[in-house]
Amino acid sequence: MYLTSLSVAELRRKLRAGETSPVEALDALESRIATVDPQVRGYLSRDLAAARSLAAKADVSLPLGGIPIAIKDVINVKGEPCTCGSKILDGYIANYDATVIARLRAAGAIPFGRCNMDEFAMGSSTENSAFGRSCNPWDLSRVPGGSSGGSAAVVGAHEAFAALGSDTGGSIRQPAALCSCVGLKPTYGRVSRFGLVAFASSLDQIGPFTKTVEDAGLLLNAIAGRDPLDSTSLDEPVPDYTSLLGRDLRGIKLGMPKEYFISGIDPQVDAAVRTAIRHYESLGAEIVEVSLPHTEHAVGVYYIIATAEASANLARFDGVRYGARVNGGNLLEMYGHTRAEGFGPEVKRRIILGTYVLSSGYYDAFYLRAQKVRTLIRRDFTRAFEKVDAIICPTSPDPAFKAGERTDDPLRMYLADIFTIACNLAGTCGMSIPCGFADVDGKKLPIGLQLIGQPFKESELLQIAHAYEQSTPWHRSAPPL
Amino acid sequence: MSEQFDVRYTAQLARLDLSEPEIAKFQSQLGQVLEHVEKLGKVDVSAVEPTAHANQVVNVFREDVARDWFTQEDALSNAPRSANGLFVVPRVIE
Repeated sequence: MYLTSLSVAELRRKLRAGETSPVEALDALESRIATVDPQVRGYLSRDLAAARSLAAKADVSLPLGGIPIAIKDVINVKGEPCTCGSKILDGYIANYDATVIARLRAAGAIPFGRCNMDEFAMGSSTENSAFGRSCNPWDLSRVPGGSSGGSAAVVGAHEAFAALGSDTGGSIRQPAALCSCVGLKPTYGRVSRFGLVAFASSLDQIGPFTKTVEDAGLLLNAIAGRDPLDSTSLDEPVPDYTSLLGRDLRGIKLGMPKEYFISGIDPQVDAAVRTAIRHYESLGAEIVEVSLPHTEHAVGVYYIIATAEASANLARFDGVRYGARVNGGNLLEMYGHTRAEGFGPEVKRRIILGTYVLSSGYYDAFYLRAQKVRTLIRRDFTRAFEKVDAIICPTSPDPAFKAGERTDDPLRMYLADIFTIACNLAGTCGMSIPCGFADVDGKKLPIGLQLIGQPFKESELLQIAHAYEQSTPWHRSAPPL
Repeated sequence: MSEQFDVRYTAQLARLDLSEPEIAKFQSQLGQVLEHVEKLGKVDVSAVEPTAHANQVVNVFREDVARDWFTQEDALSNAPRSANGLFVVPRVIE
């Protein structure tokens, strides 16, 4: 039980000192999973035998040697399922490793476990999974967030040392906030998308869920870098993302976007974030008000661009080459029936919307216009970053909501992403770190602080996050499980 | 524009069979989303270029040299129906 509360960095120290072994750590993890996952339901599947055989021959001198990492079920791991939370891929077994997985293996890490998610990464609660919802470890009747809700929940519940997720409009940062862990979305193009089942190709990025900021840096070190198999990955050099940790914050300027501190935020979230901002001042940072004037259009722009791209990316699920097939009298019927039965309602909604905004007569009015407003949103960030090193704001306007509370109101569900979405549109990096708890119905619900950094400046972002983390108790909390 | 939104026709374009109740529900839910999205019509984009890639990547090429990847067996391993090294589908050409 105690081993599973260690961070990746701490576990690594113990492994290298011979105080524990990869097999022992894996067994401790499996024991924790067996105890709590029946309640949390973060894992869709896991192959203990395969992981044990890797653990037995792991080389702990490697950067992540012998360390098991849970994987969102949208990233291909050879020989394992990749359902994307969907019935349409039920039975599919990956026959290749995503680049991030190959890189984790090269660093000695062991991919272990497939984490639940909203179907095809579409959602903010993991309620859109075709395989049942995951539960927030801090209050099982509430959602862990989404779409990477399973990954966040298992890290939050100490059922994983770390996990990988994907973030298109907040799908790493928001569940990290709701489950009290660190969630990092790297700059677009920082991490290869090869082997990530695509939702919105101009927005998706893979990133880590961890217990600490340092751990996020260790994982980013392993997975970042240009990949010839992903032509949208960039040739930026990969530094050691942990190299600035521990530096103080004198001279650092943090921007509070005035459009993000509006009515409609839960009062306890607002109070916790403002307290965190005052704490940053006491650490030597200067707080500056900035403006991101096109914020009000971010959700609209996102739901045009992301759905348009998704409608194209999900056309491949047609019953021909992989996944489920429903027979029909002819080819068109096979397509229509397969997709009707294989996709859930949220996926269908987004495919329909995306198809519409790209269709003849509407492309200019919707998609092209959204891409132009996207430029304006990006410029808002570029201008803000002329004045500040990072932007500080809430991750989510509310703590975890009850399961079922928002499922009948898609628009309300979409508006929950209001603070995370613009970062994906601008393409820059962002992370959520724990900053306290809300008291709701007698339970403590986590609150996340979001930091948005300049493109390719993840080291600076981590430095800023680490300073707060190390001078506050939140990262040492554990849920009552 | 949300009045002209024809869910049935769009679903056909997307090769998605929808039931009548689904069509009605989506018409209403997506109608609401479209109303929200139509506010974008008021933004002045007259001097703005679209952003397709946040960090402005230009054409990325490599030498046109074949590489090993999947075997034929790999490629067929998840096929719902296959025969003689081929994916089997309903007749395409009448």
